[in-house]
Amino acid sequence: MDEILELEIPARAEYIAIARLVVSSLATSRRDLADERIDDLKLAVSEACTNAIEAHRAADSDEHVRIEVQENDDKFEVTIEDRGQGFDPETLPLHPPVTDPERLNFERGLGIPLIRTLVDVVEFVPSAKGTAVRLTLYGGPAELEPPEEFPGD
Amino acid sequence: MELGLEVDDSHPPYTVLAVKGEVDVYTAPRLREKLVELVSQGKRQIIVDLEGVEFLDSTGLGVLVGGLKRLRSHDGDLGLVCTQHRILKVFEITGLTKVFSIHDSIEAAVAV
Repeated sequence: MDEILELEIPARAEYIAIARLVVSSLATSRRDLADERIDDLKLAVSEACTNAIEAHRAADSDEHVRIEVQENDDKFEVTIEDRGQGFDPETLPLHPPVTDPERLNFERGLGIPLIRTLVDVVEFVPSAKGTAVRLTLYGGPAELEPPEEFPGD
Repeated sequence: MELGLEVDDSHPPYTVLAVKGEVDVYTAPRLREKLVELVSQGKRQIIVDLEGVEFLDSTGLGVLVGGLKRLRSHDGDLGLVCTQHRILKVFEITGLTKVFSIHDSIEAAVAV
C-alpha cells in the first residue's frame, strides 16, 4: 500500500468538514469511483471522525485525531485513529425497529451501522492508545493526467 | 461553515424551516436550537426543507428524530421536504423513511 496522505486534526467538531473535504477530494481525483461512492465515503469519514472526537472528549484528551489514506491498484483505505478509551463495536445497543414508537427515543448511535453499509470493508482495531477505524473501498485508480511541466522548467 | 436556517410562516398552520449547508456534529446543534425555539413559540406543524442541504450525517438525523419526538409530545408533527438522492439515501439506509413523512416539495408537504 502507498501512503498518500497523513493528516492530523484537532479533536474539535469544526474540523470534521475539513477531513471530509480532503478525503473526498483525494478519492475523486485518484480513484475510479462513481459519485455516489464518493458521497458514501464522505459520510463514512464524517461518522468515524465524529466518533473519534467524542472518544477524545470522553477521555479528556487534547491530542489530535489522525487520518491516514493509503492506496494500491485495488483499493483505497482511510484510517481514522483516536486516542480514546476504546470500545467494542459488537456491544453497541440495538435500536428498536423503526415502526416501534420507542425508536424516537434513540437520537444517537447510528454512526457505526451507517459506516458498515457505506464502504466495502470496515475494521475496528483497538490499541493501547485508542481505536483505529479503517474504511476500505475497492476499485482501481483513476486515469491520471501526466503532470504538466512547471513554468520555468 | 455556517448553517442557513430560514423560517417561513406563509403556509399556516405549517411553519417551513429551510436548511442550507452541511449538517454534522458541528452545525447540528444550531438546527436543534431552532427546532426547540419554534416549538417554544407554539409552532406545532413544522416542515423541514432539506433541499438546500449539501451533507447530512447521523448527528443531523438524530436532531430530526429529536425534533419529531418533541413535536409529537406536543400533539404536533414534523415533516420533511427532500428530493436529493444522497440525502434520502441516509434516511433509507437507517430505515427512517418509515418514521418521517418525506415530500417532494413544500407545496406537497403543506397540502397534507
